[in-house]
Amino acid sequence: MDSTKFLKIEKITDETPFVKTFYFNHRLNSKPGQFVMLWLPGIDQKPFSIGWEDENGFALTVFNRGPTTNKLFEMKAGERVGISGPYGTSFSVRPNTRYIMVAGGYGAAPLSFLAKQLSVIARSVATKQSQSTKIDFLLGARSAEHVLFEDRLSKLPNTKIHIATDDGSKGHKGFVTDLLSSVIPAKAGIHDNSLDARFHGHDIFVCTCGPELMEKKVLDACNVAGVECEISIERYMKCGVGVCGQCAVDDLGLHMCKEGPVVSGALASQIKEFGVYHRDKSGKKVYFEN
Amino acid sequence: MLTTTFLNKTFANPIVLASGILGVSAASLARAVKDGCGGVTAKSVSLEPRSGHPNPTTAGMEHFFINAVGLSNPGVDAAVEELKKFKELSVSPLIGSIFAGTPEEFAVVTEKICAAPIDFLEINVSCPNVSKEFGKPFAYSTEAVEIITKKVKAKATVPIIIKLSPNAWNIDEIALAAETAGADALCAVNTISGMIIDCHSRKPILHNKQGGVSGPALLPIALKCVYDIYKKVKIPIIGTGGICSGEDALAMIMAGAALLGVGSAVYFRGSEVFEKICEEMEKIMEEEGIKNLEEIRGAAHSS
Repeated sequence: MDSTKFLKIEKITDETPFVKTFYFNHRLNSKPGQFVMLWLPGIDQKPFSIGWEDENGFALTVFNRGPTTNKLFEMKAGERVGISGPYGTSFSVRPNTRYIMVAGGYGAAPLSFLAKQLSVIARSVATKQSQSTKIDFLLGARSAEHVLFEDRLSKLPNTKIHIATDDGSKGHKGFVTDLLSSVIPAKAGIHDNSLDARFHGHDIFVCTCGPELMEKKVLDACNVAGVECEISIERYMKCGVGVCGQCAVDDLGLHMCKEGPVVSGALASQIKEFGVYHRDKSGKKVYFEN
Repeated sequence: MLTTTFLNKTFANPIVLASGILGVSAASLARAVKDGCGGVTAKSVSLEPRSGHPNPTTAGMEHFFINAVGLSNPGVDAAVEELKKFKELSVSPLIGSIFAGTPEEFAVVTEKICAAPIDFLEINVSCPNVSKEFGKPFAYSTEAVEIITKKVKAKATVPIIIKLSPNAWNIDEIALAAETAGADALCAVNTISGMIIDCHSRKPILHNKQGGVSGPALLPIALKCVYDIYKKVKIPIIGTGGICSGEDALAMIMAGAALLGVGSAVYFRGSEVFEKICEEMEKIMEEEGIKNLEEIRGAAHSS
């Protein structure tokens, strides 16, 4: 049964001119990459990626882009919204792994949640192990003022932040995917002197969340290098529970609300529409523009 | 054991994916075949694309599922391409489904969709969730059903199936009107009109306020409708409404159904539900010494 809970917004923080984070004093016991359905009665109900969860509760980092988020942005702490979930698959949490996270825009939220979870787990096991999970966090944004969660990430142990902005106002000027070659070896398994020595001997695992064309570049780079990856694929959702078929992808017919949103690179490589088109709420194909 | 012939077409089993569930794309339909459906019904399409209602469009509860998706679809032209693609992915029988606002428009959409490689065409005159735009469903009126059936039959190049509403108190009379007007088969039933209200927000949960109820709560209503229709007409019936298990499926055959529509069961038992129902049917048939479905079709009618 889908039970919607009406939860008070505990706190709202402004992240960038278009992005706010809404905190809820409620535990979902979610995993990074999962989503909730957020219902504003009389307006709409939409899926939102869970941007954070700790012992105090969870948070949603929201980009203002339509009627539902317009309304949400007008709301104040203390007001209530309907939440159901968590739903969907999550990013894998692996020990002794060199993580490369590639975040575009507000994709930084679920990936910073993942980075935090890895550090929590690392802290809870032996000291020796805690040294072994390392993260390169590639963070892309339009410009310096749109860079999300640099503070949050800089507090995490074993995490190195690499920033790219479209206009060069912070970090590398250009796409965040331009930075991939500096962190992924040209060929997997082959010793590469350009790599930071602390990562040697560990499996490389790439996780990405952001605009689909960026994600497609990450997948292609991983496939060329023979590196494993996981990708969060966003599709228009209605029921959120694998019944309506709205978010099924071609040609596999997998439902991104249930068998996604996080899928392996191997699976993403078989999804013909990935990086090519998605469907709008009528079911019509909409092609991604380069 | 479960092989079923329906209007001269062979189905590996009588389970047919009901319209509106998993039916947006060819890939999703093909996946339902992989998961065990003997045939599939695509989501209903209209002349022009439709976005449908805002969310919440569906809600699942313990004994029922309710939806008011609002007949979202990419329009018949895009649908023809998806239906063509389905036939590239699967050899399974394919039922197209259409709806329209007027009898004339039904004829136009029929002509267009018949360009697709469909085996049958379902005529959805019974969606309970779009009355603001289209008025009361045509399925409540013998006269409307008769006119639409005639118009569609004149244009269709495949057998037509009229989908009826359990909200019609005289569903058997409406079934007879469809048969008389030339329908090749019937689908009974569509969802029944209903509503759920959230006691915290004090509002109906579905954005459209009212929706169509399906799932286990619909089964006894659907069984009675199919039972009554079977008495009244000669043409075959796709028995649909609340079928979630092998027992439900056999009961529907005993009411008189030729094929069985299964939809919301996906919510209750997952996407593998089609295969599960078939296995359960076979198990019960073995226990009860039933060799084939013909043996028990309409069995509930014998005195």
